[in-house]
Amino acid sequence: MGPFVPELISDQLNLVVALVLGIAFGAVLEQAGFSSSRRLAGVFYGYDFTVLRVFFTATVTAMSGVLLLGYFGLLDTEAIFVNPTWLVPAIVGGIIMGIGFVLGGYCPGTSVCAAAIGKIDAMFFIGGGLLGVFAFGELFSLYGNFYDSTSLGSIKVFDSLGMSQGLFAFLLIAMAVGAFAVTTVIEKRVNRSSAPSLEFKSRSHFAAGAGILALGVLFIVLPDRKTHLINKVSDPKYATSHPVTVMDADELAFRIVDREPNIRIIDLRSVDTTMSRSLPGAENITVRDLFGKDWVPILSRRHVKKVLVGNDEAQERTAYLLLQELGYENLAVLQGGFQTFDKTILSPGSFIPTGSRWDADVKAFREKARENILKLIAENKSKGSKEPKKTKKVQGGC
Amino acid sequence: MNTKYMNPYLAGFLLGLVLLATIFITGRGLGASGAIKSIVVATVDGIASKHAEGSHFYGTYVGPGKDNPMKSWLVFEVFGVLIGGFVSGLASDRMKFVTEAGPRIRPKLRWLFAAIGGALFGIGAQFARGCTSGAALSGMAVLSTAGFITMIAIFGTGYAFAYFARKLWI
Repeated sequence: MGPFVPELISDQLNLVVALVLGIAFGAVLEQAGFSSSRRLAGVFYGYDFTVLRVFFTATVTAMSGVLLLGYFGLLDTEAIFVNPTWLVPAIVGGIIMGIGFVLGGYCPGTSVCAAAIGKIDAMFFIGGGLLGVFAFGELFSLYGNFYDSTSLGSIKVFDSLGMSQGLFAFLLIAMAVGAFAVTTVIEKRVNRSSAPSLEFKSRSHFAAGAGILALGVLFIVLPDRKTHLINKVSDPKYATSHPVTVMDADELAFRIVDREPNIRIIDLRSVDTTMSRSLPGAENITVRDLFGKDWVPILSRRHVKKVLVGNDEAQERTAYLLLQELGYENLAVLQGGFQTFDKTILSPGSFIPTGSRWDADVKAFREKARENILKLIAENKSKGSKEPKKTKKVQGGC
Repeated sequence: MNTKYMNPYLAGFLLGLVLLATIFITGRGLGASGAIKSIVVATVDGIASKHAEGSHFYGTYVGPGKDNPMKSWLVFEVFGVLIGGFVSGLASDRMKFVTEAGPRIRPKLRWLFAAIGGALFGIGAQFARGCTSGAALSGMAVLSTAGFITMIAIFGTGYAFAYFARKLWI
C-alpha cells in the first residue's frame, strides 16, 4: 500500500526519487509548451488556452487516480500530505501570484523549465523569484502574525463545501470539461490564424470528454472504500455467513494475568472512554483507523491473537469481519464487549453462582484476576497516560 | 525535427500521471517555489548564519541539528525539472537563447517585468505556502481546500489584472 515513504523508501533514496520525478515533470512541462511565456500568458488574453487545458487535465487525472487508488485500497489516503489551509494568507498569496503571473509570464515551475532551454526572460524571472523570497524573509517580522493567521489545518474542499467527495469530484470534472469546450470556442474566435485548438481532432476529443464525464458519474456512485467495506460487513446476511472466534471474559483475564506474549488487545473504543480504563497492553485503534498502514505491523503478526475489545460485541464483530476482509488472521472478539468483562472480572462481588461444582474455583480465579489486572492497569496509568499514537504523516508542501 | 508541442490534453494527462506517481510513491505532491526558498535560505545562512538562525522565517529551516536546506526533496525535484526540460528541448529542437516577449515590448523591458513577476511569485508563494505547482496543482489533486483557494486567487487575479498588462503580451 502506498505511499512508500518513509517505510520502504528512506529519506536518502527519496531524494533520488525526487530527481527522477522532477525529470519527468520538467520534460512533460516542456513538451506541453510551458517553456514559452507567450503561450502561458495567452490563457489570460484568450489567444491560447494551453495552460488551462494542461492544468485541469492534470488535476482531474491526478485527483481521479488518488480516488481510485484509495478505493481499491492501494493508497492510504490518510497518510498522504494534504496541503494545510491558512485561509486569508492563501488568498492574499494567490492574488500576489496572479499579478506576478500576468507580469512575468511564468510561474516558478515553468520558469525553470523555460530557462533550461535558453529563455532569457525565464532566467530573469527566477532571479526575481530569489529576490522576492529574500525580501519576504528579511521583512518577515512585519507580517509574521498575518502569515500564521486563519490556520484551518488540512481541510478538504468537499467538507468545506458540505458535499460528498464523489459529488465534488464529479462537479470538478464537469467544470473542467465545460471549460475545455467553452475556451476552445473562444480561442478559435480570438485567434483565427494560429489557435492551437484548430488542430484538434474533434471526434477523439469528444470521446475523451464523454469518457472522463462517465468516470465522474462513477465517483458519485462509488462510496469511499471505508464506508463501502464497513457497510458490507455490517450487513446481517454477511454476518451470519461469516462466523467469528469468540473469547470469553475469563479466558481473556487468564491470558492477561498469565502475561501471554502471543496476544494483543485491540481496543476499539474512543480514546476518551479508554482513558478511564484501558486494558493492559491494549492498542487503541478505532474502526476507521483499521484501514491505515500504521497498524499493519501489529495486525499482520500471524502468531499473535488479536482480541478485539469494544463497547459491545456488535462493534467488535464489525471490526472482526472488516479485518478479515482486509486480509488479517488470528482474531477474536471479546464476548459481550468490554462491559461484560468489566462486570464479570473488574467489578468486585459480582459473581453470580451458576450451581456448577466449579463455582468456588471460578470465583476465586476471578477475584485473583481482578486484583492482578487492576494492578496492571494502575501500573500502566502511572507510566503516564498513554498518548494516542499520532499518525506518521508525510511532510510536503513548498 | 519535431518542434511542435504535444496535444495539451495528452500533456495534461501525462502531467497528471507524474503527479499521481509522486503522491503514490512519496505521499507528497510536486512543487517548485520551495526550491527557490531553499536556495535563498541556504545563501542567507551561508553569508550570515547568526542572522538566519535568529530570524523567524529562516530560523524554521536552519540551525543546529537541522539538515542543510539544499538537501530537500524540492531542490532535487527542481534540479530534475531543469534536466527534464533541457532533454525535452534538445529532443524537440527548441534550444535557443532567446527572449520571448509580446510584439509591442522591447527585450529589456520584458526582462524587468519578468523579474518583477518572479519577485511577486516569490512573495506570494510564501503566503500561500506554495505556487501553481505546489499549492494549486498538487493541493487540488488531494482535494485540499487551500489548493482550490490558491488556484482561484491566482487565475482570478490574473484575469482581473490582464487588461492592465495587455501591452506586455498583445
